[in-house]
Amino acid sequence: MSVFTPNRRGLLKSGALIGTGLAMPTIFTASSVAAYTNAPTGSGAILGFNVPQSGPYADEGADELRAYKLAVEHLNGGGDGGMMNTFSSKALTGNGILGNEVKYVTGDTQTKSDAARASAKSMIEKDGAVMITGGSSSGVAIAVQGLCQEAGVIFMAGLTHSNDTTGKDKKANGFRHFFNGYMSAAALAPVLKEMYGTDRVAYHLTADYTWGWTQQESIAAATEDMGWQTINNVLTPLATQDFSSYIAPVLNSGADILVLNHYGGNMINSLTAAVQFGLRDRQVNGKNFEIIVPLYSRLMAKGAGANVKGIFGSTNWHWSLTDAGSQAFVKSFGEAYGFPPSQAAHTVYCQTLLYADACERAGTFDPCGVVEALEGFDFDGLGNGPTHYRAGDHQCFKDVLVVKGKENPTSEFDLLEVVQVTPRAQVEYPVDHPMFAGGALGKCNSGA
Amino acid sequence: MISKLKNNDKLLMIVFAILVLAGPIILAPFGAGYPDLLQRFAIFGILAVGYNILFGLTGYLSFGHAAFLGVGSYSTVWMFKLLTMNIIPGIILAVIMSGLFALLIGFITLRRSGIYFSILTLAFAQMSYSLAYSVLTPITNGETGLQLSLADARVLDPVNTSGSIPSTNLFGLEMNDTWRTTILGMDFQFNVGFYVSAFILIGMFYLSIRIFRSPFGLMLRAIKSNQNRLIYTGINTRPYTLAAFVISGMYAGLAGGLLASMDPLAGAERMQWTESGSIILMVILGGTGTLLGPVLGAGVIKYFEAIFSRINENVLHAWFDILPGFMENAMVWIVLPFVGKGWQLTLGLVFMLVVIFLPGGLMEGATRIGNWVMKLKNRGSADSTKTSAKTSAKSSDE
Repeated sequence: MSVFTPNRRGLLKSGALIGTGLAMPTIFTASSVAAYTNAPTGSGAILGFNVPQSGPYADEGADELRAYKLAVEHLNGGGDGGMMNTFSSKALTGNGILGNEVKYVTGDTQTKSDAARASAKSMIEKDGAVMITGGSSSGVAIAVQGLCQEAGVIFMAGLTHSNDTTGKDKKANGFRHFFNGYMSAAALAPVLKEMYGTDRVAYHLTADYTWGWTQQESIAAATEDMGWQTINNVLTPLATQDFSSYIAPVLNSGADILVLNHYGGNMINSLTAAVQFGLRDRQVNGKNFEIIVPLYSRLMAKGAGANVKGIFGSTNWHWSLTDAGSQAFVKSFGEAYGFPPSQAAHTVYCQTLLYADACERAGTFDPCGVVEALEGFDFDGLGNGPTHYRAGDHQCFKDVLVVKGKENPTSEFDLLEVVQVTPRAQVEYPVDHPMFAGGALGKCNSGA
Repeated sequence: MISKLKNNDKLLMIVFAILVLAGPIILAPFGAGYPDLLQRFAIFGILAVGYNILFGLTGYLSFGHAAFLGVGSYSTVWMFKLLTMNIIPGIILAVIMSGLFALLIGFITLRRSGIYFSILTLAFAQMSYSLAYSVLTPITNGETGLQLSLADARVLDPVNTSGSIPSTNLFGLEMNDTWRTTILGMDFQFNVGFYVSAFILIGMFYLSIRIFRSPFGLMLRAIKSNQNRLIYTGINTRPYTLAAFVISGMYAGLAGGLLASMDPLAGAERMQWTESGSIILMVILGGTGTLLGPVLGAGVIKYFEAIFSRINENVLHAWFDILPGFMENAMVWIVLPFVGKGWQLTLGLVFMLVVIFLPGGLMEGATRIGNWVMKLKNRGSADSTKTSAKTSAKSSDE
């Protein structure tokens, strides 16, 4: 074969060519003059809303997008102002952020890390987004949070419930308003103890990614502390549609509790399969067989229909709360779209306001200024009571709701009832808790 | 190195290099001149060029090339975690690992040809995907994807005290470094990562020309046109097909390594069979067995994925702003299903049209246009004589 028969002259020539080639990019390394990535130039501040519009979490993504649009409207002075009126910080005036009109771009994460990062990158590089927010999957949120840290923009996490988001994968440029698996477990365990006793055998089905793993770990630890036994934990791929092959083995396992560490479309399918297999009508070890869904949302309850009746879980926020902030938000969301918001919508709306407020208080969009303004920030009036943004891991601490599928719903939205509001003190944990250890915030990056 | 080529290829090579290097300028008016997409154009171009060596020359339709892409990405990210943020060791390991992996899979699957080969490669790719997704979680970090962290060893790099993860670089040149300039209101971005990928693409394109024109390439074509005859004449074709398979696997590994170098993350979904499918689409759309076609096809598909998918209602309203209100709404209503979430629908339509009317892909279209232009030119120069000849020919036809 004569594919490669290099002679001396040819080799020298090609060597020189490659050398010039490699040297050429050095011409382009002159760094930009801006103080930080995508500084708004007066024509508007662009926010990037990166949510799943396809895949198992598409319902949550669609609701998040509605809330984002509402938040932008309120920030620009439109509508009735929503929770801006009840928010304890009064830095926001309905005049955009720091006098810049708020604009936005949207993207589809497809609930895939790769696609989400590509989408976020194009928002930062092409559209000039100064902040990225969104997510309905912790895997995606963690991937995008890492990207934002590298690119030097702020990431305001949307619906992400994994311990890792503000645990081992925490980043200085990333902030989470939503609660996490540990808090769910801490809030649920006392209620479960009261309802189902201390002598139970639990079988876990767990979505096979960071959120499922950490939530399962948290729930198993909390329930084992009160005397329950964890008999098995089966990991199910996120893309699973039919869960019957996972439910069938539960029947003969000797378990009398099934914990579904599933969310969104996954939970709807697995719960429906479990009910169809007659699990809820069974008697095991002389007790009624029970199902628990640690992370609940109204959208899921709607999807699963009558199957959710009497099933316990936890949630970040529910539209039936009667404080002024929640009511203001439900009112303006309801007027805009004709139905009450989900917890996903609530958390992303809060995150958008919190970001805008932090920019106002810091007097700049510079990520390092925003980080400083958000760290250790105490606020109220956003629907969860007094809330604290902890500086050590950028996690919000607030009350957690334990909810139950309503037995007699009065409307198609009235599907969950709040059983207990677990006070913040009960769900708090130290920054270096073993379930959250192993990562470091690092330093804020403003990209310049 | 150019002197090795024939005149036509020389011209092709020079034009190709100029087009690629001027990418940021050419593509900016189409909204595609930003680093991430430009990098993807170059990287998937490499992937398609490599796939074309297998599919275009031997006709073996592999459904498993995404697996090599994934292996390349994982290898590179591991090098970033363990050794250094310089991309060279990562890319070398990516090429080696994917080559070994291709050797193993090729050795088994190439015992069969045609549809059986395709199904076997598909099975292997899905197996690799499942392994990466769940079984090998300690190595691949499952669904979350393999990512860098501050605590990584990076034994060759100086101790990192900055508190943030260092960027991937080529001897100090950071991949995400971009030089921006605005000319006539248009934003041009010249990115280091893109130029690194672009030079590698040009090199790989050159390599592929050399393979196409070599006796080895001729042998591969012979396998495509009639493998039985080759076997009857006493030639063992397996080493040739295996070599082609390994080479194209290494191309895919290189692309995977570059992908991880531009954005240090490796996810299992990169190995899914739909990804393999999209590689095949790229090659067929551009023109199977042509030199330039696969790069073109890769560009078109990535453009659709990145730009068409992000056109939403607001953008459409801005487009049709000049029309009166009801017309504007009607136009938006008509176009909306084909953009945004519906980008795959449009891509499907384009693909169908190309396969039906231009079986040779976009390259055939280009050739046809070229011929047509030549014809017009000839006609123009010999107009008077031709018209008379034509009329006489026409009358005789009738």
